[in-house]
Amino acid sequence: MRLHLDNFTKRFDGNPVIEGMNFVVEDGEMLALLGPSGCGKSTTLFAIAGIYRADGGRILFGDRDVTNLPSQRRNVGVVFQNYALYPHMSVEENIGFPLTVGRIRRDKAEVARAVREIAELIHIEELLARKPAQLSGGQQQRVALARALVRRPGILLLDEPLANLDARLRLEMRSEIRRIQLETGITAILVTHDQVEAMSMCDRVAIMERGRILQIGPPTELYRAPVNRFVAGFLGNPPIVFLEGRTAGQGSFAMDQGLHLPLPPRLRGLPADRPISLGIRPEHFGTGGTAQATGRVTFVEPQGRETLFDIETAPGVILRSVQPAREDVGVGDIVTWPIDVDNLLAFDAEGTRL
Amino acid sequence: MTRNFATLPLLLLLIVISLPLTVMYGFLILDTFTDAPPGELWPDRFTLEHWRFLFDGGEIGNVWAAAGNSLILAGSMTVIVLTVSTTGAYALSRLNLPFRRFFLAGVLVMHAFPSVTLLIGVFFVLNLTGLYNSMIGVILVKSSLMLPFGIWIMKGFYDAVPWEIEMAGVQDGASRFTVWRRLILPQVKPGLVALSVFSFLDGWGEYLLPRILAPGSDMEVLSVFLNELIAADQLGFNFNLFKSVGVFYTLPVVLLYVIFQHRLMNIFGGGTKG
Ligand SMILES: Nc1ncnc2c1ncn2[C@@H]1O[C@H](COP(=O)(O)OP(=O)(O)OP(=O)(O)O)[C@@H](O)[C@H]1O
Ligand SMILES: [Mg+2]
Repeated sequence: MRLHLDNFTKRFDGNPVIEGMNFVVEDGEMLALLGPSGCGKSTTLFAIAGIYRADGGRILFGDRDVTNLPSQRRNVGVVFQNYALYPHMSVEENIGFPLTVGRIRRDKAEVARAVREIAELIHIEELLARKPAQLSGGQQQRVALARALVRRPGILLLDEPLANLDARLRLEMRSEIRRIQLETGITAILVTHDQVEAMSMCDRVAIMERGRILQIGPPTELYRAPVNRFVAGFLGNPPIVFLEGRTAGQGSFAMDQGLHLPLPPRLRGLPADRPISLGIRPEHFGTGGTAQATGRVTFVEPQGRETLFDIETAPGVILRSVQPAREDVGVGDIVTWPIDVDNLLAFDAEGTRL
Repeated sequence: MTRNFATLPLLLLLIVISLPLTVMYGFLILDTFTDAPPGELWPDRFTLEHWRFLFDGGEIGNVWAAAGNSLILAGSMTVIVLTVSTTGAYALSRLNLPFRRFFLAGVLVMHAFPSVTLLIGVFFVLNLTGLYNSMIGVILVKSSLMLPFGIWIMKGFYDAVPWEIEMAGVQDGASRFTVWRRLILPQVKPGLVALSVFSFLDGWGEYLLPRILAPGSDMEVLSVFLNELIAADQLGFNFNLFKSVGVFYTLPVVLLYVIFQHRLMNIFGGGTKG
């Protein structure tokens, strides 16, 4: 089901937390709400679920305006961060619970059949008799997912569903949740502050900051063409490095500390002596390109498949480089590595990308 | 259990300290089944004579009727306290009520208030409503005095239930009432059990209120009955009979405690983890 937030506003005790938010999630699409802690991701999610009342604007499911409908009548499935399983019920009762309440009464056999069906989809058939306390984190997560899906909701909301899992399980559940979302074709919103999760699981990502959506689009677009410094800095791990300087003659960039770099061709027309900041992603330094930078290695971090380097190219100016694992360079070495000028990002004084 | 210090000396100390109590209780039980020669401490013969009052009310009156009255007092009070506490505490813990803070503070103050000082006021109110000298009046007063404690305890248990469980229930399509009954209530069950035992025992042991607020009532509770035995001096020096009635009076308390001792400890933990 298509979801449309139209000028949605939410205040807590008079303080606006979300103001005039607009976005659309297409039918069958999975959208990530990504942003730092406290930016209003959960608030948005809970407003869609009906737990919070909107203070302004409309929430539309398809063509239906649900802004003033209570949670019970919205038919939205929610997976909470701590799963919120009902501890006194077995897994089977947990999953079946949504079918035993509400206006449509179903008989026992019908409930059992629906529970079994969803349990098969989520691969938890053998856990049905257990209590939540007897499950691992990943299994609890699956049960919570099954319970959210058993009513065949129009929209599935996931609030940091992977935050409580260890690294391995997180990887596994990432693809599991995506598989289930694709198999059921359900419209889903994933709230997370983990960029990898957002980018790997979702069709589109919305980056939020202080209650506003800065940019919304497919992950690669956000990564390659961020609208501003915040988005550029938020996406990418290890993060992008910003260099503060000015435009100089012949389409080049100069820093007070003495580093000079050419600007990407599309920016050569900028007037001289304008303060800008240049963003260089670690993978665009040291792997190929038309310009070069020389400096001393100050830090090496081997990460197995890749190695991370910090290079001091001018006093106090540290560039970061990530390269396929190599051991020929150590701390203190002087290196001259290429910079991929075409992929440099430049931002004006307000932080907007040029 | 952590073993930071030797447990044996501590155990010995506890035994020594509690010895007098144990001995006293031992004699209490012993005396109800035996008789001793006049002036002697040690009994010399076994007898069931002192328990005859259970079947034969001739000597001291109908003990079962008094026990029944005590049961009615304790039982009704438990029901009232439980009903009001579970619903009231839920509202205080979860619902966005007007004057919520005021109610909370009120409960806390009432909880700490010495109830004896209220007696005169209570007396006037009962007189005015015509409930003076009736069991109903005693039950109502006793319950209301117990309520602040009950509400406070139950609020603690409700507070420990994660908010998300409730939200999950609402998302699953259940009404707030269904959520409370099917999802929240089962999780505060330890609190319910503990509170009901507490209020039952409290009601069972109550002496002052029935004595003062219903002195002329024909529904005499066991504690008053027991007191009357000494006061009326019916028994002469038959202390062993008196002790037997006392043991009879204590029996339900001991029984309840034995059955529920683990559950009772819950109330001090205030949590639902088990
Ligand atoms: N019930 C509430 N009352 C008052 N303010 C609130 C309430 N809930 C959230 N806020 C405020 O609204 C803002 C957004 O909160 P929200 O929980 O949506 O953040 P979030 O993006 O989900 O953060 P996190 O990643 O830490 O979960 C925060 O500044 C928070 O302090
Ligand atoms: Mg949150």
